[in-house]
Amino acid sequence: MNLLTSDITALWLTLQLAAVTTVILMVVGAPLAWWLSRSTSRFASVVEATVALPLILPPTVIGFYLLIAFSPDNFFGGNWLALTGHSLAFTFSGLVVGSVIYSLPFVVQPLQTGFQHFDHKLLEAAETMGAGILDRFFNLIIPLTRRAFATAALLGFAHTMGEFGVVLMIGGNIPGETQVLSIALYDHVEALDYHRAHWLAGGLLVFSFVLLILLYGFNRHKLTNRVG
Amino acid sequence: MAVDKEKKIQLVVEHSFVQKDGVQKRCVQTGSTQEADFSLAIKTQLPSKGITAIYGPSGCGKTTLLRCIVGLEQPTISRINIGGHDIGGLPVKQRQLGYVFQENRLFPHLSVGGNLDFAHNRRFSNNGPSKGQVIDWLGIDGLLDRKPDQLSGGQKQRVAIARSLLTAPRCLLLDEPLAGVDSKARNPILKHLEDLAKNLNIPMVYVSHNLDEITRLADHLVIMNEGRLVVGGPLLDILSRLDLDVNRQENSAAVLNTTIVKHDNYYGLTQLSLGVDLNLGNAGLSDKAQLFVGRLYGDYGDVVRVRIPCRDVSITLERPSQSSILNILFGVITDIELVDGSRAIVKTEVLGQSILARITRKSMEYLVLEKGKSVYLQIKTVALLSETLV
Repeated sequence: MNLLTSDITALWLTLQLAAVTTVILMVVGAPLAWWLSRSTSRFASVVEATVALPLILPPTVIGFYLLIAFSPDNFFGGNWLALTGHSLAFTFSGLVVGSVIYSLPFVVQPLQTGFQHFDHKLLEAAETMGAGILDRFFNLIIPLTRRAFATAALLGFAHTMGEFGVVLMIGGNIPGETQVLSIALYDHVEALDYHRAHWLAGGLLVFSFVLLILLYGFNRHKLTNRVG
Repeated sequence: MAVDKEKKIQLVVEHSFVQKDGVQKRCVQTGSTQEADFSLAIKTQLPSKGITAIYGPSGCGKTTLLRCIVGLEQPTISRINIGGHDIGGLPVKQRQLGYVFQENRLFPHLSVGGNLDFAHNRRFSNNGPSKGQVIDWLGIDGLLDRKPDQLSGGQKQRVAIARSLLTAPRCLLLDEPLAGVDSKARNPILKHLEDLAKNLNIPMVYVSHNLDEITRLADHLVIMNEGRLVVGGPLLDILSRLDLDVNRQENSAAVLNTTIVKHDNYYGLTQLSLGVDLNLGNAGLSDKAQLFVGRLYGDYGDVVRVRIPCRDVSITLERPSQSSILNILFGVITDIELVDGSRAIVKTEVLGQSILARITRKSMEYLVLEKGKSVYLQIKTVALLSETLV
């Protein structure tokens, strides 16, 4: 047995984190990306830059500010505590909040590009045929931008799987609560247990690689279909 | 008054595009850019049956008017009543109007059948035509499994028209549906639209800047310029009014409704009468009010719309006896309008219908033409506006 129970717990936790984060990101990211793709206001550029920040900033910087925000003395952390009775720091919920912010650009940017290529005139046509907003979203926008949705979901999921710095800052290393795969890997290396570190690192590498092959293969397949 | 309201389409639409900081405040998806500070102000009534054409130069606001009617633009004033329904303040989907866009706007991820189903599944009422009927009317039976990108321009537009009809609209609005269609494919579509007008009991409003299409299809004509109504009324009346610029052009033409009187198989000709009363029989028809055209399909009594270009009509005071021209009508001058000093357009009435002749001022003075004078009209060409030629 090369994987210990603690490693399996970390894997399961990581998958849960990635899944919850991806679902939240698709729900939040789609309207945000839609607005960004359509808006011409200067405020939109500010929002666009904010969304892109996690691409540039060291994760520790994001983690640091999140930790400050999570503090019960601050507005966000205080209200969260009042509402739920729990603090966000060093909890799974805190990791979800951090991951949503950290992976936001990986979901919003592909969606935004997809929406920019979407022919908005089709929506007017559907409107004249009596299709309401949700009807148009589910029957026109999603099917016609499904590649963007697939890319956004896969990138958001994969990127959350590999998160390290933010988790370290706001989640610490609590097995079963905040100890994700990358943290467990770090622990093994610290303990010089290279054998188990190989298993985790190799697993993450293969997983990410397969995911990206699937993604690009899917997009290329669609591309050749369209040309042919 | 109430009866009148139910029968007509009433439009009061005012809309303005204000320029702000050098940037157009509102942008219209019309393809043609609107002038800065463009404003639209239209008040008119349209018949609740048949085809109404809205004609005017590019950028005069035809498309904007149509978009205001369907609700895709929010004008400052919007009082629209169609068949007794006040729809001016309603959101697009509650107006229950069909709209055919200049660029077909078919949904690319759905097959032709899927596009039709999209509309049919969301239809406004069950009173509209069935899928089978619409597919038959527009001749798209063989295309149902194809994707839009596998269709020609003409086929796409026919599918787009079919799709709009399947929502069972109160009125069908068409925004230059032939603009993106190559000239060969236009004729069949015009034929389909002609047939639709007969099969449908809803009015159609057809925007175009092509007079040929309009004279062939429309019963009622609205002319617009720079966002304002120039004139509106029955097509045949408007196309014979000499005070309108549209009738004083080199290529202006009168449009007449004629009926088939008889076919001459020996010479391959069909005889048309300008008089509409066939109850009188042949005896009641003056041979001075008949036109010969190439052999047509169609039965005795069928209505055929023809177009007579004003430059192909010449005037004589006596009936020419030795002439190769077959079509010689007898009429009375009802109006004369001088154009650019050297030419005149003479309007003559023949059995209640008007024919325009474009002649030189010199000839006009030489023949002493004036209102009330009886003249013979020699007509060189008669263009058929119905697809009934053999």
